[in-house]
Amino acid sequence: MKLVKLSGIFLLSSSLLIGCSNSDTTSSTEKKVKETKNTSAPALKGVTDEYRQYAITEIEEFVKATEAFTTAVKNGEIDKAKQLYGPARMHYERAEPIAEVFGDLDPKIDAREGDVPEAEWGGYHRIEKGLWIENTTKGYEQMADQLMKDVNLLRAKVETVEVTPDLLITGAVDLLNEVSTSKVTGEEDRYSHTDLYDFAANVEGAEKIYQLLQPELEKKDKEVSKEIGARFDDVYGLLNQHKNGDGYQLYTELTEAQVKQLSQAIDALAEPLSQIGIITEAS
Amino acid sequence: MTKNPTSYEALTEKKVSRRDILKTAGIGGVGVILGASGLGGVLSLKESRAAGPELNQEIVPFYGKHQSGIITKTQNHVYFVSLDVTTSKKEDLVKLFKDWTKASALMTEGKSVGKLASNEFLPPDDTGEAAGLSPSNLTITFGVGPSLFVKDNQDRFGLKQKQPKELVDLPAFPLDALEEEWTGGDLCIQACADDLQVAFHAVRNLIRIARGKATLRWAQTGFQRTKQADHKNETPRNLFGFKDGTVNPDVNSKNALNKHIWVQPGDGPDWLINGSYLVVRRIQMFIEVWDRTNLREQENTFGRYRDSGAPLGQKNEFDKPEFTHKKENGEDLIPVNSHVRLSHGDGTEQILRRAYSYADGMDLKTGSFDAGLLFLCFQRTPSKQFIPIQKRLAKMDKLNEYTSHRGSAIFACLPGVKQGGFIGETLFN
Repeated sequence: MKLVKLSGIFLLSSSLLIGCSNSDTTSSTEKKVKETKNTSAPALKGVTDEYRQYAITEIEEFVKATEAFTTAVKNGEIDKAKQLYGPARMHYERAEPIAEVFGDLDPKIDAREGDVPEAEWGGYHRIEKGLWIENTTKGYEQMADQLMKDVNLLRAKVETVEVTPDLLITGAVDLLNEVSTSKVTGEEDRYSHTDLYDFAANVEGAEKIYQLLQPELEKKDKEVSKEIGARFDDVYGLLNQHKNGDGYQLYTELTEAQVKQLSQAIDALAEPLSQIGIITEAS
Repeated sequence: MTKNPTSYEALTEKKVSRRDILKTAGIGGVGVILGASGLGGVLSLKESRAAGPELNQEIVPFYGKHQSGIITKTQNHVYFVSLDVTTSKKEDLVKLFKDWTKASALMTEGKSVGKLASNEFLPPDDTGEAAGLSPSNLTITFGVGPSLFVKDNQDRFGLKQKQPKELVDLPAFPLDALEEEWTGGDLCIQACADDLQVAFHAVRNLIRIARGKATLRWAQTGFQRTKQADHKNETPRNLFGFKDGTVNPDVNSKNALNKHIWVQPGDGPDWLINGSYLVVRRIQMFIEVWDRTNLREQENTFGRYRDSGAPLGQKNEFDKPEFTHKKENGEDLIPVNSHVRLSHGDGTEQILRRAYSYADGMDLKTGSFDAGLLFLCFQRTPSKQFIPIQKRLAKMDKLNEYTSHRGSAIFACLPGVKQGGFIGETLFN
């Protein structure tokens, strides 16, 4: 989760594919920005609509999963709550580029210990600490209720999000950066060690964006597109080695070498993925 | 020992060309690993023929018959990395070396990699931290390790029949305390520059270009006293405070280089002709222990005086060590287990040393400094050069009480390439 970066995405984005002239390159010496041209607005419009639908569907699933999770907490079913915790979060992590746009809600749902003042700390990770460290649900009933409220509010607000191509371009790499900076280090789920669920979900969220932009990308650079596809396969290949039934091994069960391997595979994927912005260039 | 008569002022006055300044001199040396040994070596520095266009002042040409960074006069800093190749396709390797060649040629000229930010929706091609900086005599030297050819009994890229006999893992030496995390590698990059940021920038961009094809295995920075701090250009001192008198082959002598440094036709596979073997050792130095050792013991350990650098029994740094001289009581003046004597051996083995000190903060286990020497040496035939020298040293060098070899690797540094070609083309084609 990120507290700082957020809405900027929307402010600067809408002009991206509209209204750029296509030939005058002498004007903007200051910014040295190549003119970008909208050669395929209708195609990208379809893409952003589709992504919006994807994100909403994930958030809807997140609502259901959070319902089940918070109910288990309130019923004192510790084991059940523990089982539901990792998979429930995956929906949120997949849709993170959109979910974290709401700067007020994201910390309430997803703040880790120390991210916010202790008195304000609630949400998934607070309950995670109760379940795994204190091994109890007692005293967490109200927090479960609050979490449910916040997630419902998120669902309502998601409708208002305008999805732009820029959000997709930035979001795809951001998802992997999330993996590099907080999942790989094992800091995300520091009590439950279910980090691989979040890890996989972030990758899946990035892959969705790649798939949506793939046709446009291939028009610009087939090689890069192919490379990205192959690197996703590499990452999934590694993740699959750590499957445990439907879920994943605990992060603490991985060796240092395996963690390094995952980290480097993410770097190898994110580098070509960061080139996805070439879809904005005039062809 | 590169006794360089040129003053710093002469360098800054731009009267001499890069090439001449770079010439490292030394006469008939011995390989000495940590030591301050010396049979004399004087750098001759002449006015340049191509009387220096200022532009070239701090540029070491990337293209040429040999890779730069080998006989180039040692720069202030090194950033050395060992890499694991992660791709299984030879074509990826070829592309990697082509891209690396292009990027390296640009960076050694002080230029950025790729285009400047041209689309704000893309990350810039160059990472940017060297923008506006001088080329700083940057050299980038590439090597391939034994494991590029065969790893876990696999002929990974169909190169097995091209693996030179000399390119095999070094034998285990007595007292080796090698750690996996500092050992081996499929490829190496040695980036040297007079500015650490310039050297780091080079490595960083090359590693970025390699994503998906190769990953970092280990990395080590190193330093020497800078040219700015040592206007007289004296022999650098190592972290034990002794002059690390590099008795190197005379790099001005084609004969010496062909004899000791450059791989020759008939030595092995043709692809390595004009290349050289690099042996790297990461040698931790227990400086706390050394610092409480009395001066006489320190000097007996090296076989030299700390202050002057002269061999024991001699007056000047560049005096020849006299190994037969005895004290009144009949003991050897230069002890049999001293570093200078063991390194020298019978004087036939010579290696070109380009060592740097390192200081990596604190050893978390002991609370001591983690400091030492990143020993880098080049040679034509490791089995006749580094290996016999190190065997002698490992067996009885008194210096071993104060050092520990933590890391080790061997690489074949590829021959140089002309503009239009790429580093490694003789190997991959």
